[in-house]
Amino acid sequence: MATAAEMSTEPVSARGGPLLDVRNLHVEFRTREGVARAVNGVDYAVDAGETLAVLGESGSGKSVTAQAIMGILDSPPGFVTQGQVLFHGEDLLKFGTEQRRKVRGARMAMIFQDALSALNPVLNVGEQLGEMFTVHRGLSRKDARAKAVELMERVRIPAAKERVRSYPHQFSGGMRQRVMIAMAMALEPELIIADEPTTALDVTVQAQVMDLLAELQREYNMGLILITHDLGVVADVADKIAVMYAGRIVETSPVHDIYRAPAHPYTKGLLDSIPRVDQKGQELYAIKGLPPNLLHIPPGCAFHPRCPLAQDICRTKIPPLYRVSEVRASACHFWKECIGDDRPAADKT
Amino acid sequence: MGRYVIRRLLQMIPVFIGSTFLIFFMVYALGDPVAALFGDRAPDPATAAQIRNELHLNDPLWKQYLLYMKNIFSGDFGTAFNGQSVTSLMGSAFPVTIRLTIVAIIFEIIIGITLGVITGMRRGKPVDTGVLLLTLIVISVPTFVTGYVLQYLFGVQLKWTAPSVSPEAPFNELILPGLVLALVSLAYVTRLTRTSIAENTRADYLRTAVAKGLPRRRIIIRHLLRNSLIPVVTFIGTDVGFLMGGAIVTERIFNIHGVGFQLYQGILRNNAPTVVGFVTILVLVFLLANLLVDLLYAVLDPRIRYA
Amino acid sequence: MPDTNPIDPEQGPIAPGGGYGGGMDLAASDAEALEREPGHGQEPGGPTGKPRSLWSDAWRDLRRNPIFIISVLIILFLIFISLWPGTIATQDPLAANLSKSQAGPEPGHPFGFDSQGRDVYTRVVYGARASVTVGVCATLGVVLLGSVLGGLAGFFGGWWDAILSRISDIFFGIPVVLGGLVFLSVVTNSTVWPVIGFMVLLGWPQIARIARGSVITARQNDYVQAARALGAGNSRMLLRHIAPNAVAPVIVVGTIALGTYIALEATLSYLGVGLKPPTVSWGIDISDASNQIRNAPHMLLWPAGALSITVLAFIMLGDAVRDALDPKLR
Repeated sequence: MATAAEMSTEPVSARGGPLLDVRNLHVEFRTREGVARAVNGVDYAVDAGETLAVLGESGSGKSVTAQAIMGILDSPPGFVTQGQVLFHGEDLLKFGTEQRRKVRGARMAMIFQDALSALNPVLNVGEQLGEMFTVHRGLSRKDARAKAVELMERVRIPAAKERVRSYPHQFSGGMRQRVMIAMAMALEPELIIADEPTTALDVTVQAQVMDLLAELQREYNMGLILITHDLGVVADVADKIAVMYAGRIVETSPVHDIYRAPAHPYTKGLLDSIPRVDQKGQELYAIKGLPPNLLHIPPGCAFHPRCPLAQDICRTKIPPLYRVSEVRASACHFWKECIGDDRPAADKT
Repeated sequence: MGRYVIRRLLQMIPVFIGSTFLIFFMVYALGDPVAALFGDRAPDPATAAQIRNELHLNDPLWKQYLLYMKNIFSGDFGTAFNGQSVTSLMGSAFPVTIRLTIVAIIFEIIIGITLGVITGMRRGKPVDTGVLLLTLIVISVPTFVTGYVLQYLFGVQLKWTAPSVSPEAPFNELILPGLVLALVSLAYVTRLTRTSIAENTRADYLRTAVAKGLPRRRIIIRHLLRNSLIPVVTFIGTDVGFLMGGAIVTERIFNIHGVGFQLYQGILRNNAPTVVGFVTILVLVFLLANLLVDLLYAVLDPRIRYA
Repeated sequence: MPDTNPIDPEQGPIAPGGGYGGGMDLAASDAEALEREPGHGQEPGGPTGKPRSLWSDAWRDLRRNPIFIISVLIILFLIFISLWPGTIATQDPLAANLSKSQAGPEPGHPFGFDSQGRDVYTRVVYGARASVTVGVCATLGVVLLGSVLGGLAGFFGGWWDAILSRISDIFFGIPVVLGGLVFLSVVTNSTVWPVIGFMVLLGWPQIARIARGSVITARQNDYVQAARALGAGNSRMLLRHIAPNAVAPVIVVGTIALGTYIALEATLSYLGVGLKPPTVSWGIDISDASNQIRNAPHMLLWPAGALSITVLAFIMLGDAVRDALDPKLR
């Protein structure tokens, strides 16, 4: 396959393991109603300079995984019950509170979806940016403020010198998200996790913010985990994709392969539900049914109640991640049927 | 901001006139100031008529009110029941009540906020449930009951304090009365702080602060408390106005010669100038306290801007 | 306009005992939160599903809440003894036996005697009637007057609203115990009615503000706008669509207010301007006992305990109902 050949040139990290390697991560929420198993054995890895897009509906566990990596899970009720989060080969889950704190913000940072609520409403942005330097680098307040202005200029906020004294609500949505990005970039971390960074923005601004993020990533050679449910954004910036459903990864793949031939019926459903210009007039496809309740995940493959390819085996046996190619995997018993299913012959060899 | 203050000051005028007129109406129209002057004796009709004339009591009520206000703004509040001028009565009463209020506010801040922070951060834990129940009990037991019980306990049984306060009312004698006066507000401060802390704990920006790798201390003080205490500070500000006028019961229990005590005497003896004069000042204090609280709110929360 | 007031001091003029207006904040700040929760209507059940699901959810919560059950039982018992005090107290609350003045408990007189040798137990039982009557009637009056005036102000806005807001500001400016002293000291009638009348007079703005707020919020709901677009008349809009939304916060504040009115009645009676003998009132008995606390603490403690438990029961009830009705706390 041509695509496989392309991907083999990608760095699969010859330098002793990737930047971030998540292994068999399990997270559960212990609530009054019962135990919600939000993440059930997630594996993924990101390298420096690489962008991993994590795709899935809300409740698929993509954000919870990110919070577990960052160590900002609300606990209780959330608990990591199994697995490893290897950062430069060291398991962050074994770190003490203080050790962990020093990693957060400085070496890995997070960008949240809604900057208006994610920024403190009563502190001006200069204080919130400067805080990174005073706390992690021990800078004086004055120097930290100068750094804050510098950062704001970096993310191209106009009149940064004046705006450094403004409060979050005085910025437009796009500018606010730039402040968020500046805050994450402040200490030039090695890894950034962006949780739906453009979902709350106007369509016109989305591209600008995404471009800025991609540009900064290249400049600093950072690893980027981009959590999203928007396949359109993914195609432009991601190197590889992990699709999540009910707390599991159901498909991993380099980005181009997945658009050409999804190896999991859920991925296929997601792709088919994107409106396309060339299919104007056709009824828009939607995956039938609703995402499962995490308190009662269906037995077997969690997707089987909604799956057009479901057979008896899907109701009883949880599919392992089948190796589709050197760089691809799918957690579907019938991945071959899925890949082969009604794709134009031209796409296959 | 300046225009907002002016607009608020203008808005206060009708409220000020309304409140004072209402009290004026109750005292002068519903009561009989002349009969009050004579106590239990029946006044001689001729003398009574003469006094009525002197006090302009035969004029229409609105005219009396205007005359009264004119006197007040020229500094003449009239004569109290004991022959003293109302102004000199105020001069001795207000400092006492202000001291009492200060003690009460300090209790509210120290105990109320501490308990609120503790419970807000341990929601659902035994401490939380216990304190919450305690606040309900404190709110439910009327001040005149807690007042007597605490006075009996600390003043009579344990003899930690004097059961009643001397006329000079220095701060150290006002500790117990201040606590009694503060109790109910203290319970509200606790509950308000708790709710506010609990709400802000779940806020997104607090998660951001954690993700930034800030130390726990800094997260709590700079982010959680800074935001959560805004409504609490404004509540306490408003409370100043209420405490000043609400000390009637406390001052009576501990025999403190403050505003509430003088007002109570004035009402019992139906002395119109005392009652209306004190109430006028209290209404003014209350309105100004509210205005200050609004302005304070704008300083603390940059999202509030007054057009 | 009051809307510019950032904290909108909902705390009404009537507060327990201390008699400054901080009293109502307990309910009000949270009732405000109730109003701000309009989102329910968008659920699949449609707009009419909202009140039903809110109430049935709340009811399910309440049935399991021990605080709710305890307070309801206390309140039912109080209502029972205020209607038929004779069933559990067979003596005459006014019968005095001076030879027993301030005597302690003895068989048949479990709480002892007061200064005039009257049976404290009997007086505590009979005292419930005045408290419950004042509390219930004052609350009914305040809720009726307040929600009608506030609802209309919120619904029609404009002049109605401006005038009402100014008037309620005036009442908020008068400390309640003080107002009670002035107003009631000139009244010679010694029944419960002047006390109730006074409470309604000073209490209504509090409910009016809440009703006004809920109505304004409800009016902006999409389904109400839709009903209006479909040509629903004013009265139909108010009754069918808007009133149900305002009911929850008003009930919560009303319940808690009931407790504080009872405390206020006792406070006024204690100050000598509320109820007067021969009416049997806990406030009067506490006032009489307050000078004798050194010699005969039982005279103070029993009526004070009864009063406190009564107020507590209503406040706990309101608190429990508020928690159950507030979707945010779920």
